Amino acid sequence: MLCNTLTLFREFGTQILINGVGRISAIAGAKQKDTDTGNAESGSLGEPPRLRTGEASKAAQVREDIDAMTSHDPILQISDVSLVFGGVRALTEVNFAVHPGELFSIIGPNGAGKTSMLNCISGRYHPTSGSVHFKGQDVTGLKPNDRAELGIGRTFQNLALFGHMSVLDNIMVGRHHLLKNNFLTGALYWFSGAQKEELEHRRFCEDVIDFLEISHIRKATAGTLSYGLRKRVELARAVALRPDLILLDEPMAGMNLEEKEDMARFIIDLNEEWGMTVVMIEHDMGVVMDISNRVMVLDFGRKIAEGTPDQVMANAHVRKAYLGEDSDGADDTDEKVA
Amino acid sequence: MAGFSMRPCGDFRTTYRQDTRIFDTVFVRNAALLGIVATALIPFVLDGYYVNLFIQISYFAIAALGLNILVGFTGQISLGHAAFFGFGAFASAWINNTTGIPVLLSIPLAGLMTAAVGLLFGVPAARIKGLYLAIATLAAQFILEDFFSRANWFTGGSSGAAANPVNVFGYEIYDDFSFFYVCLFFLVVMYVLGANLMRSRDGRAFVAVRDHYLSAEIMGINLTKYRLMSFAISSFYAGIGGALYGHYLGFVSAEGFTILLSIQFLGMIIIGGLGSVKGTLMGTVFMVLLPEVMEAGVSVMSVFDWARTTAVTDGLAYIKEMAIGLAIILFLIFEPDGLAHRWQQIRAYWKLYPFSY
Ligand SMILES: Nc1ncnc2c1ncn2[C@@H]1O[C@H](COP(=O)(O)OP(=O)(O)OP(=O)(O)O)[C@@H](O)[C@H]1O
Ligand SMILES: [Mg+2]
Repeated sequence: MLCNTLTLFREFGTQILINGVGRISAIAGAKQKDTDTGNAESGSLGEPPRLRTGEASKAAQVREDIDAMTSHDPILQISDVSLVFGGVRALTEVNFAVHPGELFSIIGPNGAGKTSMLNCISGRYHPTSGSVHFKGQDVTGLKPNDRAELGIGRTFQNLALFGHMSVLDNIMVGRHHLLKNNFLTGALYWFSGAQKEELEHRRFCEDVIDFLEISHIRKATAGTLSYGLRKRVELARAVALRPDLILLDEPMAGMNLEEKEDMARFIIDLNEEWGMTVVMIEHDMGVVMDISNRVMVLDFGRKIAEGTPDQVMANAHVRKAYLGEDSDGADDTDEKVA
Repeated sequence: MAGFSMRPCGDFRTTYRQDTRIFDTVFVRNAALLGIVATALIPFVLDGYYVNLFIQISYFAIAALGLNILVGFTGQISLGHAAFFGFGAFASAWINNTTGIPVLLSIPLAGLMTAAVGLLFGVPAARIKGLYLAIATLAAQFILEDFFSRANWFTGGSSGAAANPVNVFGYEIYDDFSFFYVCLFFLVVMYVLGANLMRSRDGRAFVAVRDHYLSAEIMGINLTKYRLMSFAISSFYAGIGGALYGHYLGFVSAEGFTILLSIQFLGMIIIGGLGSVKGTLMGTVFMVLLPEVMEAGVSVMSVFDWARTTAVTDGLAYIKEMAIGLAIILFLIFEPDGLAHRWQQIRAYWKLYPFSY
């Protein structure tokens, strides 16, 4: 199992390296080297990853940038969040913070509570106890529709498009909270300025469509599209919201390698060029380890580890819980990480 | 709502504006305008029978569009539309009779009043779905029917209420000929407003609520607000349609606004196409003309001796009664997307003819 994911991870790393996606190529390359040498404790806190010469300075620079970023106030602060459904404890006293500009991943086995965590952030569920702060504001009890305005967007694990609408209309719905026209001005379309406003926002949606490379299907009915394309349209709809924090629930599930690479590229671009903070749930360890700044691991509703991809990969709890491996050599590192 | 709309090749859009038009192509828009002009000529060309049919189609089509906004676009079932239609009829007569506000103004005011009543019933209904909502709207139907028979001050009770004819600049419009144009005006205005609504922000929000309410909420759409709004707009349309109906007949009585009419409204939008503005009009035309066509069929058949026997004439009378129910069932089975969808396919076929695939 570990072997498998590592192979995938290495392949993916190389792929991105070849594609040359800026900072990620450097980091991926660096990480690849670590795993190549089977270096398990390389990622303990504070210790910079070992690098190949040449890539070293660039990657170090990037690390510094990220460190500078993470010293800001967190954009998202989860404090002691617990969530109980009847007898099921979906989440137990989870704490973490995400900083502006970060690409933060949540991993964990099936049923670990990852989606529940995201639902607490997007307002679908309200925590039984604990609090959620977004941009310093307590949003724990806020309804989902009020969070869109604050700047939280998300995609769903199971496809959740508006099936009978065109792709374009789906994406236009993402502009809902930014549009001012209402049923009266909308009905008076030409005379109320609604037309002008709609067309302005339409322009932005076309930019999103171009960015996500779905212009060929913009008129198609969303419900008729293939799985991979639907996932992409869902991302487009969330991006159209122009959120500061975007929550992605398994954006690459069920995709083939090529689709996954595209999706990874989009997520990196959103993070780096569009400046969105990303919180992502993903089962593909290769992708997670390659593109995340930090990773949190949930197991049975509890946080069992959090840190850089290297730190998490090296963590014995994680190996045991998530990768199903009895690792004896790594016991000494887990204290530092968890 | 159909996905790829068929367009002749070479017709490329160069602006987003062209792409957001109500009608696909200039040709279709011109055809629609031509249709309106041709309709305006009906009273000059055809006799009073057809004028009367058109007037019926207009007020039903306006009310049916309201129901389609609620059921087809927002996904909220309603079994009480006829009661709101009736409320509009009484309200307009009442406003005009008690305040002397001219009928042309009391019609939209009646629409607003009906919208307020719709809002009232919508408050509990906006929080429930499916079967429970069906029952709640059924309750609205019966409560309003009961109100019609009790509120003498408003409806004239069992004796009904007189509704004055439309009065334009001092001229009273008694005849069908002139009332036809009043109806045409309201029909065009209400359909254009409806089509505009559906291509702007709140119209999209309705469809989003229908298709996936959880992600609609994530997109910033307040579900309760939009379900309520849909109820109100739907009742507004019902009120306008009902008001036209009342002033056309000159007399409003509660008997006409039963659950049967509610079902007929549902039939119109199912046959025409749920979630389609133009389909609503097609469905209404179908529903109004169906009994007429059956009637014509029966009278044609009566030239034969065998068709004049009581067994056959009685049977045909029953079939006529059942035809509407039968049409709804057949459409649900064979054409669940309604006439609008069929129309789209016919157009697609001819665009591609003779290469049919
Ligand atoms: N609405 C709910 N009602 C009852 N139990 C729920 C509900 N939502 C989640 N749970 C339970 O909470 C636990 C965590 O579920 P969750 O969907 O968050 O897991 P997950 O980590 O996203 O899993 P997966 O990887 O399969 O998506 C599960 O035991 C699940 O059954
Ligand atoms: Mg999940």
